[in-house]
Amino acid sequence: MLQIDLWKRVVIWLTIAVGLLLAMPNGFYTRVEQHNDAMKAIEAGADTTENREQAALWPDILPSGLVNLGLDLRGGAHLLAEVKLADVYAARMEALWPDVRDVLRPERETVGTIRLQPSAPGELRVRISNPDGMVRALELVRGLAQPVVSLTGAGATDLDVRAEDSDIVVTLSEAEQQATDERTMQQSLEIIRRRIDEVGTREPTIQRQGSERILIQVPGIGSAAELKEIIGTTAQLTFQPVVGRASSADATAGVGNEILPSLDEEGVFYILESVPVVTGEELVDAQPSFDQNGSPAVNFRFNPGGARKFGDYTAANIGTLFAIVLDAEVISAPRIQSHIPGGSGIITGQFTVEEATNLAVLLRAGALPAGLEFLEERTIGPELGQDSIDAGKVATIVAFVAVLVFMALSYGLFGLFANVALIINIVLIFGLLSLIGATLTLPGIAGIVLTVGMAVDANVLIFERIREELRTARGPARAIELGYEKALSAIIDANITTFITAVILYVMGSGPVRGFAITLGLGILTSVFTAIFVTRLLIVMWFERRRPKKIEV
Amino acid sequence: MRLRLVPEKTNWDFFSRSKLWLGISALLVLVAFGSFMLQGLNYGIDFRGGTTIRTESTQPVDVGAYRSALEALELGDTSISEVFDPTFGPDQNVAMIRIQAQDGQEAVTTEVIEAARGALQGVAPDIKFVSVESVGPKVSGELIQTAAIAVVLAIGAVLFYIWLRFEWQFALGAVAALVHDVVLTIGIFSELQIKFDLAIIAALLTIVGYSLNDTVVVFDRVRENLIKYKSRDLKEVLNISINETLSRTFMTSVTTLLALISLFVLGGDVIRGFVFAMIWGVIVGTYSSIFVASAILLWLGVKRDWSKPTDTTGNQFGNVDA
Repeated sequence: MLQIDLWKRVVIWLTIAVGLLLAMPNGFYTRVEQHNDAMKAIEAGADTTENREQAALWPDILPSGLVNLGLDLRGGAHLLAEVKLADVYAARMEALWPDVRDVLRPERETVGTIRLQPSAPGELRVRISNPDGMVRALELVRGLAQPVVSLTGAGATDLDVRAEDSDIVVTLSEAEQQATDERTMQQSLEIIRRRIDEVGTREPTIQRQGSERILIQVPGIGSAAELKEIIGTTAQLTFQPVVGRASSADATAGVGNEILPSLDEEGVFYILESVPVVTGEELVDAQPSFDQNGSPAVNFRFNPGGARKFGDYTAANIGTLFAIVLDAEVISAPRIQSHIPGGSGIITGQFTVEEATNLAVLLRAGALPAGLEFLEERTIGPELGQDSIDAGKVATIVAFVAVLVFMALSYGLFGLFANVALIINIVLIFGLLSLIGATLTLPGIAGIVLTVGMAVDANVLIFERIREELRTARGPARAIELGYEKALSAIIDANITTFITAVILYVMGSGPVRGFAITLGLGILTSVFTAIFVTRLLIVMWFERRRPKKIEV
Repeated sequence: MRLRLVPEKTNWDFFSRSKLWLGISALLVLVAFGSFMLQGLNYGIDFRGGTTIRTESTQPVDVGAYRSALEALELGDTSISEVFDPTFGPDQNVAMIRIQAQDGQEAVTTEVIEAARGALQGVAPDIKFVSVESVGPKVSGELIQTAAIAVVLAIGAVLFYIWLRFEWQFALGAVAALVHDVVLTIGIFSELQIKFDLAIIAALLTIVGYSLNDTVVVFDRVRENLIKYKSRDLKEVLNISINETLSRTFMTSVTTLLALISLFVLGGDVIRGFVFAMIWGVIVGTYSSIFVASAILLWLGVKRDWSKPTDTTGNQFGNVDA
């Protein structure tokens, strides 16, 4: 007969109660958001009265998970960047030249004179004047190779050294390239994360996508251009010896040198040695400050390794020029006045206070190991997001009411049961979204509206089936039971197939489409639950109380 | 008094003109395909790269003036259109500007945007860029590929599931209906030149899901009736099944359409194309589950002896007690 075990009833009511509890914070969005922000601030050490007051806006014992609003609803910027992994190979090979020179120089008897040749990026090409000494030269250069530090590359060394006529060609080995790529990606992610955190925005998404891409989404930021500025396309700080000055970028630099423009002097170019003395990677701190004339400047400090190199170099080259290079532009090229032993210094230039602050942030967060290429960028203004939320809200409410009225008109009392289930359904969707910390996007709202329309399907299937069973006149209890029993296989099959498409959308899609897949998928789960458990429970409870001889569906 | 969309008991013959319906469907599919081949889709930047800018100003949009302002920048192919929507306020004048992908660049550069902003401020001083989206050619190529794979994968997965739960004839019928729906949807987007972007792919997949939902419900009843009416003609069984599920088919389509139409009217212009695809899909999907899926099932014939379930029928959920 028509009955449901007590434990099942308890589980159903509990599920609904938990769903309601989880969904509740979304009803008080701004309040809970302020509470959450304040809690985070307090945890981070900012235990001010203001923060405490805000934290008290929402009781701690209640759940405080919120549905994240996607960029299209909140406004913000989205960037998809590709890390130019090959940059790192090139930098490595460039840095290898002094070592190769030093190891070959003592063997000049056998190898002859050694000369750096113009080489493709990522390879180092050195010509020796005595090809008979090639075997010995290769042996020496191979001696520079180090074992690869990675799990998969165990046993391999980092350099491939081969001879081409009288040239020695050095490239990174495959195992080392893989290990380097992995490191480069990790480093890039970390640096981007730190830079964005420095600016202090809420809930940025910084994700690796595939082997060489990074997805960055920052809500609330003004534009993608601003975001790019924060990330700093190629903020590479180096300290390079100055060879001379030039008046155009096309002047001949000589092998191993490069020409870079000056940042603030128009038409001034510097010829610099390509191999830096110290790089920004060895910086430990940078702070905005003022120079002796009171103009904004940036103070910096090196780690011990960097400090030693910097100290040695300044000691040996007093009186020469020395360039501070950021993003392939010379910020300044001061003359070395004296030995600088402590590893700290100051960058002066024509900065505003804001520029100095930004530069300090960039330096502190470390340089990106490789350049970024932006493949995709989107900026959504907060006004458009708010408009979308408003329109979405109105549309959802109207859709909801229309469906509720229609169901009530079509199925009477049973329609009301289905309507209660539909409301519970929406609550459960929001509860689940909050629980898993999913992101609600505009297509996601469409997914919810679609769910509102489709969620009743399972109920419709059941009610229609009950109607049919009633016609064969086996009594209302039996008809209801049979209705549920026989509609089940259609409900299961129909929803599993839709669920399959939602899963595929989730796996293959990105951004807003994924948001749609999530709400659609969750909507299917909750609507099946509400149709076969909740409405059933409601109907059974009603039936137990009234014991009607005749029912109309 | 109950609202009834369909009389309580119907006995309509859906197959008396099944050849005609199949013919019409085939013709429509051909027209859609032809339109797609001849004029192609109006791809959004997701699929062909480039930049779209959504502008907002209190002054009326003068498309000609916008165009001449932007032409001076020599950005290549640029299209400008005004956007109308009932949800806009009285002083809210919105335009969409699309700029083609610039040679040799992945995403758009800040300079291009600033130049465009400068040029347009000459026309409408208070103009705001409420959204700027830019997709490089590298990504757009991949997006198109992923989208195609997603649609094929979804149809394949569904084919497999139905084959597992029913019989291969059912799976073929369902998939024919799906392909029919997808092609007709792409066709109408091509014919009306509505912007086709990533969201539309999501809509396409939802249509796949919805149409299938409908087809499966009919097929489930067919499966049941094939056992119940062992001696009856397949055509008769199909007809009974469709008639029995007709009320449900209409109810669900109407509730879904009610929700979608309110979204179409009130949900704002950003997702209007997406919702349009879905509305179209619900209508076509409902039609196809009866006139395409079932007609093909009739045409292919089906195994009649369901008394001994084989591996492929696998009714493992058939008598689950909820």
